Amino acid sequence: MEKRVKFRGWVLPLLLIAPQVVISAVFFFYPAGQAIWQSLFIPDPFGLSMQYVGLGNFEYLLSDKFYRASFVTTAIFSILVTLCSMIPALFLAVIADRLIKGSGVYRTLLIWPYAVAPAVAGVLWLFMFNTRVGVVSWYLGQLGYDWNHVLNGTEAMGLVVVASAWGRISYNFLFFFAALQAVPKSVIEAAAIDGAHFWRRFWTIVLPLLSPTTFFLLVVNIVYSFFETFGVIHTITGGGPQQATTILVYKVYSDGFVSQDLGSSSAQSVILLIVVGLLTILQFKFIEKRVHY
Amino acid sequence: MAREIHGMVEKRGTGLWLTHVFMILGVLVIFFPIWLAFVASTVTQSDIIRPPMPVWPGDQLWINYKNALYSGINVPVGTMLFNSLVLAIGIAVGKIVISLLSAFAIVYFKFPGRGIFFWLIFLTLMLPVEVRIVPTYEVVAGFGMLNSYSGLIFPLIASATATFLFRQFFLTIPDELAEAARVDGARPMRFFWDIVVPMSRTNIAALFVILFIYGWNQYLWPLLITTDPEMNTIVMGIKQMFPSGDDFAHWPTIMATSILAMIPPVIVVVGMQRLFIRGLVDSEK
Repeated sequence: MEKRVKFRGWVLPLLLIAPQVVISAVFFFYPAGQAIWQSLFIPDPFGLSMQYVGLGNFEYLLSDKFYRASFVTTAIFSILVTLCSMIPALFLAVIADRLIKGSGVYRTLLIWPYAVAPAVAGVLWLFMFNTRVGVVSWYLGQLGYDWNHVLNGTEAMGLVVVASAWGRISYNFLFFFAALQAVPKSVIEAAAIDGAHFWRRFWTIVLPLLSPTTFFLLVVNIVYSFFETFGVIHTITGGGPQQATTILVYKVYSDGFVSQDLGSSSAQSVILLIVVGLLTILQFKFIEKRVHY
Repeated sequence: MAREIHGMVEKRGTGLWLTHVFMILGVLVIFFPIWLAFVASTVTQSDIIRPPMPVWPGDQLWINYKNALYSGINVPVGTMLFNSLVLAIGIAVGKIVISLLSAFAIVYFKFPGRGIFFWLIFLTLMLPVEVRIVPTYEVVAGFGMLNSYSGLIFPLIASATATFLFRQFFLTIPDELAEAARVDGARPMRFFWDIVVPMSRTNIAALFVILFIYGWNQYLWPLLITTDPEMNTIVMGIKQMFPSGDDFAHWPTIMATSILAMIPPVIVVVGMQRLFIRGLVDSEK
């Protein structure tokens, strides 16, 4: 789509676009270029010179069992976060949609967690499950279950998943609720006259009508769990125990800043770039589809 | 008849009550972590380190919050709140300003390289800061912008979402308005200020809400850029309040800080709910 009416001149528009272009160039393209460039080198042990290794860093990474493990961890983590945030959200949205009055009040209450930063959510959940003072871990102890996410990798994963999914429930709820409100009431009523019960109506009519929203949320939540959950993991587990919760983004950070392994960290950045690219394409493909829907 | 059908779809009587019960249960479960944090911020340390902690608020609210705000642990929480406010407003205003200008240039002008610039901006959509942290950190350090507001803000305002949103919106502004402005001999910037900006008011406000939350909740970037506690933002500063050794964390202060960290974004989201939902839906399109 284009405007028919355009203003003349080219100095003014260049000035107008300059701030964004300059900032993008300095803080986006140059660093991204650097990441690609650095991924082809390894610094010598004294950090004085760089040695060109071609795709050596990538070969090394892909054969590194910790990196491969991090891929698996990321996949498990993002699938669990997506499910744990979408299913409760859909459930709540379906209930809220049945109410004629009062759904606004519930909505107002339910959007609170969205405003809570992932890192703060991490602290809240850490507090509940703290091995020494946590309320939930204490009651679990009373029931005879010894909770210790500091040592147990599965428990650590469970905790970061729940803490990451918690705030996302609000987000998903808003989208599901809006989509449910848009389902034509006449269709539901027609099915009701035909004697279809609530759950039957839900499975055969409502859920299929929600599929564009569901697919959209799937992609968005996967992107979220890849890139925006760093705060949760950093506050709760620090990637541990034994890297059980080290997702890809966390590994870029810990290899680049904690272990100062620049070549490897840059190569990881490049791999992540490719992952982001694929996810973005997926998102755009889907949006095109949604327009036709 | 309509009423009866309605009755078949919308539950009444026991069904309606059950729906409310489910809803309230859901809200309670979702709220539980926040409630617990609030309770912990109103009791003493010794109430907490002897589990189970109380479930109802104690009488230490003022003491704990005053303590956190004025002395904190590494740095007064008041200072961190101020830094967060500067960061959040800086990012929101910065992004909105540069995107309004560039979207205006892209939509209303024909100039050499327009297509290339458009695609360059488009590409930045695909690069979250988390992916390029090491080189971006080096750039910021090279400019001597560590521990500064500009170092915190600039790398985060270079994203294309807002530009695209404004571009989409500008394309819906009727051509007649620009035509009339041109016939009247109005200069482009005049048209921009008198027509385009006022018409974009709602979009600007909706975007402001989303960007404010985005900026306020930043974690990784402030963690790297602010090594000086005086420059810490509240969201990243909470983690710094935990002792590194085996000591007990001072939970009442930490929890009071957590509550303080969520109050501004919650006020923005709940207070501007309609704008927020609009911004959310728009920015994901």
